[in-house]
Amino acid sequence: MDVYLPIANLSVNGLYIVLLGGLTGILSGLFGVGGGFLTTPLLIFYGIPPTVAAASAATQVTGASVSGVLAHSRRKGVDYRMGGVMVAGGMVGALIGAGLFSLLQRAGQIDVVISVLYVLMLGSIGSLMMREAIEALRPGLLGKAGPRVKKRRHHPLVASLPYRWRFYASGLYISPLAPLLLGMGVGVLTMLLGVGGGFLLVPAMLYILGMSGNVVVGTSLYQILFVTMVTTMTHALTTRAVDLVLAGLLLLGSVLGAQFGTQIAMKARPEYLRLALATLVLLIALRMLYGLGVAPDEIYTVERL
Amino acid sequence: MSLAARLVVVLVAWAALTAQREPVLVPEVSQSLIEVRQGFTGARLLLYGAVIDPEGAGGSGDYDIVVVLKGPTEPVRIREKARIAGIWMNAQDSDFRSAPSFFAVASSRPIGDIVDERTAAIYELGTEFIQLSPSGTIDPEEQARFARGLVELRRKQGLYQENPGGVRISEKVLYQARIDLPSNVTTGRYTAETFAIARGRVVASATARIEVVKAGLEGQVVTASQRFAFFYGLGAIALSLGMGWLAGRLFARG
Repeated sequence: MDVYLPIANLSVNGLYIVLLGGLTGILSGLFGVGGGFLTTPLLIFYGIPPTVAAASAATQVTGASVSGVLAHSRRKGVDYRMGGVMVAGGMVGALIGAGLFSLLQRAGQIDVVISVLYVLMLGSIGSLMMREAIEALRPGLLGKAGPRVKKRRHHPLVASLPYRWRFYASGLYISPLAPLLLGMGVGVLTMLLGVGGGFLLVPAMLYILGMSGNVVVGTSLYQILFVTMVTTMTHALTTRAVDLVLAGLLLLGSVLGAQFGTQIAMKARPEYLRLALATLVLLIALRMLYGLGVAPDEIYTVERL
Repeated sequence: MSLAARLVVVLVAWAALTAQREPVLVPEVSQSLIEVRQGFTGARLLLYGAVIDPEGAGGSGDYDIVVVLKGPTEPVRIREKARIAGIWMNAQDSDFRSAPSFFAVASSRPIGDIVDERTAAIYELGTEFIQLSPSGTIDPEEQARFARGLVELRRKQGLYQENPGGVRISEKVLYQARIDLPSNVTTGRYTAETFAIARGRVVASATARIEVVKAGLEGQVVTASQRFAFFYGLGAIALSLGMGWLAGRLFARG
């Protein structure tokens, strides 16, 4: 099925794009991650220009997080106050990201920075997931795997920040600067890489802010929803790289994939799924590392002036 | 009549005579308008025509035909990666003011067998002869390296093509060339130049124009993203919210 992407300016196999969206949809159905971290690099491998890939992936993540936010808010799993602060930070971050984007683009280093960030990100997530999956499959293989006592206190750095607010739903009395900065950092990544950043937000909210577990996923989805919306708009206004046809195909895939994801989750053993996902993530990281460190696909790149 | 005047008359008469003896090219293009719309996977362009020899069909005519199809030119910056601290990153760059977005040469025989290098360079008969108009002040060696990099890259993308043997001549009169435009072509005005070459000399040439435009929904999407960026962005957000919400509804029921 040949589909012409008007902004990316090339024709692709639409089925492939839908399948790619489906893959990320399955991931969101299975693990509750947006899957943007897979969409962008896979689109780039397929030949979509990096900027178009990042911009359209951000649009897809918006769609992928809507139903999650709705579901979590129904069961009161969103701390709106905390979410609001993080969204505010995220918006600032997206604007900073946009500035960085054009700065790096002018310096001609945007591709390298995107690749380096991806290698770092995918490499660390991939190895963490791999470790977790192996531990679950072979208990005791990687040393002590017993349930650790969860640290309920937030990071001492967070406690030292001035001007505290009460976040009732999260069970916290901390400075809003901490979630603001966290949201900002993730916002920059969303703009640069087209990722929602849930895989960074969730552990940071748990272990750095020390939020109570039942509102973490919902609140992170809430932040992702709004920040990806802002990112889509920023891309539409600055890089003009949002491809509606591409985003539509990805969305179609993720809508269908999410259905599959929940069905698979009910049947298959999650350890194997996690192992498969970890392998995929690590393979992509290695592929990008190869391009960065050993041999790039192309020595020359053309930029239209 | 002075000697000078007589000389002028002779020259004019000679020019007229030889001009009459020069063959005439009558080119035709299968499509003068290519519309890029949904499902566009590229287009096959047929460039055909006839070489009319004043000495009659099948006269002395032993021609080679070269067809050059060129897309709109644009200024570009070529960046070259180098390994810095173990990482391949962009290091040097070079600007060219007129890089054609598309360039294809089809000929009835390899260009090297038809004309010498000088003639090939004058008429841009080959990807190594594209006049890129380098700007800036780096030395010619380096400019040539960057130009080769550009050509190689665009050749891989199918945007620069060389097809010796891509022109078929039948009965020494009719010629026919096929050039495939890939789906990633730039829109704009393309020019197809046809050259009839005999004994290493261009004896006739003709130009045809082809317009490549984005049409239908595809054209509207591009126009919207450029002219109504804010509403385009809103549309993208609405699309993702709508589809996400719909997915949520389907979930709730399923």
